[in-house]
Amino acid sequence: MAQETLLEVREVDVFYGGIQALWDVGLQVREGEIVALIGANGSGKSTLLDAISGLIRPAKGKIYFQGEDITDLDPFKIVSLGVSQVPEGRRIFPELSVLDNLMLGSYNRSARPKKGQNLEMVYELFPVLKERRKQTAKTLSGGQQQMLALGRGLMSSPKLMLIDEMSLGLAPIVINEVYKALREMRQKGITILFVEQSVRRSLDEADRAYIMEAGRIVLQGNSQDLCEEEEVKKAYFGICD
Amino acid sequence: MSGLATPIIMGFLLGGLYALIALGLSLVFGVMKLINLAHGDLVLLSTYTAYVVMTKLGLDPLLSLVFSIPLLFVIGFVLQRYVLKRASLISMEAPLIITFGLSLVLQNLFQIIWSPMSRGLQASYATSSFGLFGASVPLVYLFDFVIALVVMLFLHLFLQHTYLGKAINAASQDRRAAQLMGIDTNHVYALAFAIALTTAAVAGVFLGLTFPFTPQSGVSFLIIAFGVIIIGGLGSMLGTFIGGIILGLAQTLGGHFFGAAAQMLVVYGIVLFVLAIRPKGIFGR
Repeated sequence: MAQETLLEVREVDVFYGGIQALWDVGLQVREGEIVALIGANGSGKSTLLDAISGLIRPAKGKIYFQGEDITDLDPFKIVSLGVSQVPEGRRIFPELSVLDNLMLGSYNRSARPKKGQNLEMVYELFPVLKERRKQTAKTLSGGQQQMLALGRGLMSSPKLMLIDEMSLGLAPIVINEVYKALREMRQKGITILFVEQSVRRSLDEADRAYIMEAGRIVLQGNSQDLCEEEEVKKAYFGICD
Repeated sequence: MSGLATPIIMGFLLGGLYALIALGLSLVFGVMKLINLAHGDLVLLSTYTAYVVMTKLGLDPLLSLVFSIPLLFVIGFVLQRYVLKRASLISMEAPLIITFGLSLVLQNLFQIIWSPMSRGLQASYATSSFGLFGASVPLVYLFDFVIALVVMLFLHLFLQHTYLGKAINAASQDRRAAQLMGIDTNHVYALAFAIALTTAAVAGVFLGLTFPFTPQSGVSFLIIAFGVIIIGGLGSMLGTFIGGIILGLAQTLGGHFFGAAAQMLVVYGIVLFVLAIRPKGIFGR
């Protein structure tokens, strides 16, 4: 199967205030892949996701989705093209019910007709959200909030899910659950680019990975190759046995 | 006892009008974190529209809502979408200063067109009274109260139960997350501002039926609206309602005990008191 390039980030520079946060960043995600974006705090991973989502404008470079230039599109338009971001820190709407949170995920016009169908898919993936659909979102546990954030992201009928800090602050058992959901999403034809600090886990779960450092992509490749890469071994000692 | 019944009933009912005036200010602040310093003057724009409809067309002032609701809706939308949104890119304060400028422009415009004279809206129902517990209360106060309840109920249902209402809610809780949900926050903000000014349009007509007004009245009602919000707390419809009633009662009871000259002093005293002991308001989150 010839995999088509779904997302292409080309030579992107981003400035925050006067400070350069991304330097000449390039990245590709092909249809059906699970790709990990790995790096320490402040290495620019979230900035890159925000640039893709249209929340910040690159000073230089281009971003293409399905061949279309989305560099200067408004965030809501990028969502309606099929790029959904699950932001760092979940950012659920605390005062709204679980169901309302999910429904807002389908706000864009292209997803609205499919919201019933999407809701069923989300409930199937995370049955706990169905049980708690009437609860105020802030009453959920951290793990359930991450499931809600993922579910809400799925409600927009995405082709590509950008997931920031996939497992930060979650209990190991919950981490297993969200990664299981990730694999099930892929089964349903959704391509995934996720950010993770834990190198070991990311390389286990992803087909390919990009490693970022100080706003630059410093390494990329298949997960298996990266594991054997001398530099990764050095930087992240003993991660792949 | 019957001596107190009049100020208590009047103050209570008047509170409805005050809540209605504050509603739009509260909504704009709650959603966009913007203090619209022209709110009182925009309320007054609707009052003067009613005045024109009454004097020039000879129609009931209430019918002016047919004009003033769409007018203020459009003003709200355009102001937010094309002026304040752009100004917000300059700095946090720029939109605030623009609303202050708009307030001055409107005040002077009112003065040029309608002169500094005090005006009033007249309607048959505005002058009649009704008796309750031995008190004689102007009928229009009851209208103020009922219409305030109706408008608040509508707004509440709209925000809680419609897709757009929930989007406004979401955008006010977390703008970034709302953008990531595919919500066009600029559009949603403009609609929220437009809806806030729609409530201002309704408030304006009832204000004119209840009190005489001058081109400067907008400022005094802005201050009352601030008081309502400070007492009730931002982001709570119930708080706005209770805040309005407390202010209404403070004014009429203050007038009853200390004379008309001191009634607003009592109002401001209570606002200061609440600020001192509970700065986020009684129902503030």
